[in-house]
Amino acid sequence: MNLLKRYIPVLVLLAVVVGIQLVTQVTETTFYLTQLTMSAYYSVVVIGLCVLMGYGGQISLGHAGFFAIGGYLAGALTTHNLLPYKNNGMVIFFNEVGLLVAGKNLYGGSMLTFEPWAACIIAVLTAGLIAFAIGGPVLKLKGHYLAMATLGFGIIIFRVVLASAYFGEADGISEVPGFSLFPGIEVSGSFRARTLNYYIAWGMLICGVILLLNLIHSRVGRALRSIHGAEEAANAMGVNTARYKLYIFVLSAVFAAFAGVFITHYNGGIGPSEAGVMKSVRYVAIVAVGGMANLWGALIMGIVLNFLSLRGIFGSYDDAVFGLILIVIMLFAPQGILKINLWQKLKTFFALFAKKQDSGEPAEG
Amino acid sequence: MSPELFIQYLFAGITYGIIYAIVAIGFNIIYNTTGIINFAQGEFVMLGGMIVITMHAFMPMPLAIAAAVLITMLVGALIEMIFIRWLESPSVLRMIIITIGISILAREVALHIWGESVRTLPYFIGNEVTSVAILGARISPQVLWVIGVCSLMVAGLSLFFKFTSLGREMRACSANRRAATLCGINTKNMVTLSFMLSAGIGAMAGCVMSPITYSEYDMGPGLAIKGFTVAILGGLGNSLAAVAAGLLLGIIEAFSISVLPLAFKDAIATTILLLILFIRPHGLFGSSEAASLKEF
Repeated sequence: MNLLKRYIPVLVLLAVVVGIQLVTQVTETTFYLTQLTMSAYYSVVVIGLCVLMGYGGQISLGHAGFFAIGGYLAGALTTHNLLPYKNNGMVIFFNEVGLLVAGKNLYGGSMLTFEPWAACIIAVLTAGLIAFAIGGPVLKLKGHYLAMATLGFGIIIFRVVLASAYFGEADGISEVPGFSLFPGIEVSGSFRARTLNYYIAWGMLICGVILLLNLIHSRVGRALRSIHGAEEAANAMGVNTARYKLYIFVLSAVFAAFAGVFITHYNGGIGPSEAGVMKSVRYVAIVAVGGMANLWGALIMGIVLNFLSLRGIFGSYDDAVFGLILIVIMLFAPQGILKINLWQKLKTFFALFAKKQDSGEPAEG
Repeated sequence: MSPELFIQYLFAGITYGIIYAIVAIGFNIIYNTTGIINFAQGEFVMLGGMIVITMHAFMPMPLAIAAAVLITMLVGALIEMIFIRWLESPSVLRMIIITIGISILAREVALHIWGESVRTLPYFIGNEVTSVAILGARISPQVLWVIGVCSLMVAGLSLFFKFTSLGREMRACSANRRAATLCGINTKNMVTLSFMLSAGIGAMAGCVMSPITYSEYDMGPGLAIKGFTVAILGGLGNSLAAVAAGLLLGIIEAFSISVLPLAFKDAIATTILLLILFIRPHGLFGSSEAASLKEF
């Protein structure tokens, strides 16, 4: 019964996803699917961050950094030609293990690059390892210090990406090939694969949601909420707070890296703005609007706000809108707009009404 | 490295260092009275620089600077009154997010008023190529202006906090807010005053540094992260230590450029920030005993 209750929203989401695709098919507005696909990938970052911030109570202003590590490594590994180094021992080894793939570039020259699967695994592992390495010392900090430390991490990644020739400096990486998950199923920006990619992105998002839903309803989730509530008390009750915080930090970094890898293959490239501080702030803003400890709120807001932003509704006020959202939500509705207590207010209203009737009855009788 | 070059780098380091120190003191003033780290601190410097450049078109330089500082102080006071004054014991996370939001808004407003172009104020004395010879190195007089004005501000602030009754009231607020209230100090006004003060010194720094470092709508976050690094290096809340730490960071940065590519300049400050947070979060000059009572 409980399980059913947990999965009903997932089923509804699934129905909505299929419904939207069918509607766009019928009304011939399939161009919307492109932005919806990208929104789904960005929302993967958001739900990962939501569990870290809302349930674990740890702010991170560096998640665009993990997103960029995933995206940039996947992009760089699958586009940089290794042929000039083909006599290097490492390259020979990689080739023999089957991590490399031969291909042709735009001009017909032959290329030797990493297989997208291998690149994806390397990218996500790297992001996870970096999160693991910095997570230990960073998560010892609290409040402002934690915010500044993660912000600092984000800035370092941004600077490194911007300053390294390997990552294309200010131009970023382009001409990233498609990522063939299975024969016939490829993550790419190709016009014909639009519907397929829509389902890949949403499939990934829904898998992520199911995983996180189970996580927050498990022992780990309860431990995280106890850390958010009172870390010392949790510690005293025998919760290994340091380990759980690190665990969830790494998990959310891996989510961000996966999203980065897929979106880079989908767009065929990635630029330094994806690593920018504003992107990290935007993820935090979306989690805050969704109501912090509210996975579904974060998911819905992630889709809606990213979709509007990608459609260019906000024009040149894009960042200003997110800044304003942050302030307004934090000032007036720190629990998120989905919990603005409309329901509660209605209930108290009706309770008042019922009370009046109650007190009225004896007089009549 | 020749001695002349060494002095050249040293002066560049001191110039930037003292600017970082001013930003750090801005952090400290607000932190001391409220316990908030104001992530929009760098935006005050940006606003000061931008406003003075606009004002300079209509009035002489000293008036323009005074106007810029006053307007920025007003902005600081407004920010405090609109966003912070009426919140009842907000959580740290909430305050972090609100001040980040303010910094984004300030930047976006600046972007829509002044555009993306890099602006600059004319040099106070002479022009780009005027220089003074100091120990064989050629130093622009503007560098001396920056160092002079910032040092004066630091000295003025410490006198203000030590000897004026207003300054003492603000210090009382930072020591114990409730006790200060009981003594009849209006703590809410002290918080507004601290925002005005840190906006004012930020704007002043923004004015004098504009001819050398230029003003741009998005210069805030970079300055804020360095100012915060300096504030932490010195120990949060300790303004005199912030000056020492600021000079240290400025000089490290200046000399690092001679070894590393310029693009990594910002990464150095952030790396130092991370290291100091991991190893000595109470700062180089803070006592570890006092730190064990604090939460980081």
